[in-house]
Amino acid sequence: MSMVLTMRPLRGAHLRLVFAAVIGALLLSTPSVVRAQDGDAEVKGSITDVDESGEKVGIAGVVIIATDADGNEAGRGETDAGGAWSITLPEGDYAIELDTSTLPEGSGLRNPDKNPVAISLIPGDSKSALFPLGESTVEADTTIQVVQLAVDGLKLGLIIAMCAIGLSLIYGTTGLTNFAHGEAVTFGAMIGFLLNVTGVFGYRMPLIAAAVVVVLVSGFAGWVFNRFVWAKMRRRGASLIAALVMSIGFSIFFRYVMLFQFGGRAGFYDDFRLQSKWDLVVFSVAPKDVVLMALSVAALVAVASALQFTRIGKAMRAVADNRDLAESSGIDVEQVISRVWIAGTALAGLGGVFLGVTESISWDMGFRILLLMFAGVTLGGLGTAYGALFGSIIVGMFIQLSTLIIPTDMKNVGALITLVVILLIRPQGLLGRKERIG
Amino acid sequence: MDWGAVLENTMRGLIGEQFVYFALAAIGLNIHFGYTGLLNFGQAVFMAAGAYGLAMAVATMGLNFWVGIVLGMAVFPLILSAIMGIPTLRLRADYLAIVTIAASEMFRIIARSPSLDKWTGSSDGLTAFATTFYDLSPFDRSQRYLFGLFIGNQMWVVLVGWVLVALAALVVWTLIRSPWGRVLKAIREDEDAARSLGKNAYWFKMQALMLGGVIGAAGGMLRAIGTQSAQPQNFITDVTFFAWVALILGGVAKVGGPILGAAILYGVLNFTDIVLRQMVESGIISSSIMNGTQVGQVRFMLIGLGLILLSAFRPQGVLGSKEEMALDDR
Amino acid sequence: MTGDRNPAAALGSVAWEPGVAKPDPILVVDGVRRTFGGLTAVDVDHLEVQRGVITALIGPNGAGKTTFFNLLTNFDEPDAGSRRFDGRDLDGVPAHKVANLGMVRTFQLTKSLSKMSVIENMRLGATHQRGESLWRSLIPSLWRAEERANTDRADALLQRFKLDHMREEFAGTLSGGQRKLLEMARALMVRPTMVMLDEPMAGVNPALKQSLLEHVKGLRDEGMTVLFVEHDMDMVQEISDWVVVMAEGRIIAEGPPASIGQNQAVVDAYLGSHHDAPLDLGDS
Repeated sequence: MSMVLTMRPLRGAHLRLVFAAVIGALLLSTPSVVRAQDGDAEVKGSITDVDESGEKVGIAGVVIIATDADGNEAGRGETDAGGAWSITLPEGDYAIELDTSTLPEGSGLRNPDKNPVAISLIPGDSKSALFPLGESTVEADTTIQVVQLAVDGLKLGLIIAMCAIGLSLIYGTTGLTNFAHGEAVTFGAMIGFLLNVTGVFGYRMPLIAAAVVVVLVSGFAGWVFNRFVWAKMRRRGASLIAALVMSIGFSIFFRYVMLFQFGGRAGFYDDFRLQSKWDLVVFSVAPKDVVLMALSVAALVAVASALQFTRIGKAMRAVADNRDLAESSGIDVEQVISRVWIAGTALAGLGGVFLGVTESISWDMGFRILLLMFAGVTLGGLGTAYGALFGSIIVGMFIQLSTLIIPTDMKNVGALITLVVILLIRPQGLLGRKERIG
Repeated sequence: MDWGAVLENTMRGLIGEQFVYFALAAIGLNIHFGYTGLLNFGQAVFMAAGAYGLAMAVATMGLNFWVGIVLGMAVFPLILSAIMGIPTLRLRADYLAIVTIAASEMFRIIARSPSLDKWTGSSDGLTAFATTFYDLSPFDRSQRYLFGLFIGNQMWVVLVGWVLVALAALVVWTLIRSPWGRVLKAIREDEDAARSLGKNAYWFKMQALMLGGVIGAAGGMLRAIGTQSAQPQNFITDVTFFAWVALILGGVAKVGGPILGAAILYGVLNFTDIVLRQMVESGIISSSIMNGTQVGQVRFMLIGLGLILLSAFRPQGVLGSKEEMALDDR
Repeated sequence: MTGDRNPAAALGSVAWEPGVAKPDPILVVDGVRRTFGGLTAVDVDHLEVQRGVITALIGPNGAGKTTFFNLLTNFDEPDAGSRRFDGRDLDGVPAHKVANLGMVRTFQLTKSLSKMSVIENMRLGATHQRGESLWRSLIPSLWRAEERANTDRADALLQRFKLDHMREEFAGTLSGGQRKLLEMARALMVRPTMVMLDEPMAGVNPALKQSLLEHVKGLRDEGMTVLFVEHDMDMVQEISDWVVVMAEGRIIAEGPPASIGQNQAVVDAYLGSHHDAPLDLGDS
């Protein structure tokens, strides 16, 4: 019954060199945002509605107000005859609000809770703020909203799942609750940014090519991290608590190195920045999101099939299930763990790129999603690969759907409360086994 | 380089306000982790409970200052302990870790949410709740004390802080030598053994969580009083790990460990901070490498590095002995 | 404490068959089942343990003895079934309360608290201490007297178990056998009516075995009930009054020690299993 919280002792160690290597690699590879100061930025958009004959028409005279982070009005614009508007602003974070009182009688916003929209501007930016108009009758809205939110939630859930599989498998095979896994997500997003936006030796890649490189670089980083840190810790027989505290140390350290390099502002990829959404009657979705969801599903199916059917996949499950048994039946456990780190980190890196595309890239994006991963993984059952998948999707949907009831800016709280409730009523998770938790 | 300023800043780190806040937080954490083995990664939330308990009572609800003290030091942290402890204290140690860190994130989201602005003051936080405290100050506001290290109000905060640190240390010292403390240590070593001897491990862990939380809340409350504001930024997740580093650095499960650790930690942090700042200002470090805001980020990197290096190379800290209790034990 | 009556004599009229009723049972188990995944570890229809005697629980490796032990002491919960101790239903009673009811267990892998001194280990065993309340513990004068009394009792037990010379040492420095002794002595601090020993002889060197046996007999002579799990058949033969045999999670035989060797079911169970395979189900 007692907790066996020791990493397995194997052979000797030198940890010092490793830190230098990992840190060096990070400092070199993290992109830095040193962009030319080419003046102010612009927010723009157009306000259109559909007339009786189904034609799109611009609405003139609608007032849009930009408020800066201190709550002061920073600028305002009014739509022209074609419905177009634009506001020029210095860099900073703004809330862009449409003054609904200036809308013509009978028109309303389709998503009243998406007014104002928050936007971050860096010099030279030209961003759009969308205020789709539509039927604002409450009943119709709720159904549409639910479908829309479920789709958004599925998208978020798939990304969380992709990131969380590594977390769960690493826990399953080594017992380590790796708090630095979130930084693997940020790392992937940042490498993507480096290749796609900052450029390497003046050459920028399209994001799709960059994503492939991210997978490779992240996988390599996972191998390095395991080989030069965690394998050494296991060899020394370091306790799991010491390892856990160490992973928190890495999490904080990497996070602030990325803040140092990247700055506190959100960044965006050059590709797929703005796409008009496909309006599919009950919900709308941007083509990039469809592609992302398809790719996530493909990646997850690939992982699941690999776990189910390949030799290494079976070995991973065997080690996660019962390490000693796996070892005694001739599986090279250390090699399996190494592969788990490679695959898990690569997936997290890719998840980071996806998250960067759907939302934005920031220094603490990984840490924030880490907690959602924990929620997903705990919900599904800690240490199981399929549980992580399943739990994450539920968490993603739950987060988005909870905005029907709670303010959008607090949506993640709902997910974290679920985590607590799950621990209270079914601590082994939905798919987990009771024996693992006591 | 202005070595006088460097010395002054380092001294303030060693014995000043930051030392006091984090010594208290780390003493609480020592009860959690050092003596009971609880992985509390949400000490910042307990600190926030103290800060916001007082601030909301006085600034939001207009209650008496002393009612605020009770809310912040007892009611809020006890409720928080129950919320975090009830679901997790029966489970493996990692679950408390996850829930406490999740609670930190929840705090950040809730405290910064504009929709609760009238309660929490959102990002700007709450101010103007500490006048009663400063009215009691025996020190002259315009004077400097202790070789000019602290102006009157700071001196008052620091003095009260020292007294609280000493009191907390005395309480811990007494408790740890009592049968109650013996049960905690037994639980830390082997919960099943304690249960087989008729000890309600769950309840003892809950008591430890509460007591450590209350001491942490005292630290947070003092921080709010000292800065005269309760702001989300001062209680984010990473703040917890300043207390962890202080605890591990000084020595886990030693009464003096967290105190010594907090002093060393803030001595080092303040020293590097001022040295870097002066180097940036004087151009020794060029602005392409580091600017003023980035200096502030360096201290977080040091905290991360501290956790990594301590857990790898000196899990027993400065005062601790490997025989008795080290981070590495469990 | 030694009475004139011989409690073991009461077992003379009891039939030698699994699940048989006893004249004065202290522990009654009914339909207890525990499965792990798809595997049934324990499936006991009925078992009674006679008060005031030493009962041995034996069986081949993997028979589910330790799991059964955990179920009896509520360190694990059965999927079905009831357990009654001294007339009290144990269903849903937390493990620490079971100890407070008077049923105290030891562990196969000794749980001496190695970073506490021997005497502190002993003091821990005393139940319902005033100083274990958070508030009272702050005022030493409220619990000093009780602590002294507990310490005296602990010292007497240490002397009896010949551990008094190790009083101030960390328990971690004791030998395997000494830890077993310490664990038994510490269990006695609880003032139990029933002591459950999980493999008390495992890892004990031969020199200490005899004294351990005497101590176990001593418990019975003081009126306590003893149930122990053991592999060492010599010990079983020498000290037990009654033997219960488990195999594949079920009780397959019961009877006085002498009767067990001839029992065909028992012989089959032992020969049919890999006796020396170090796989014991329910180990933790």
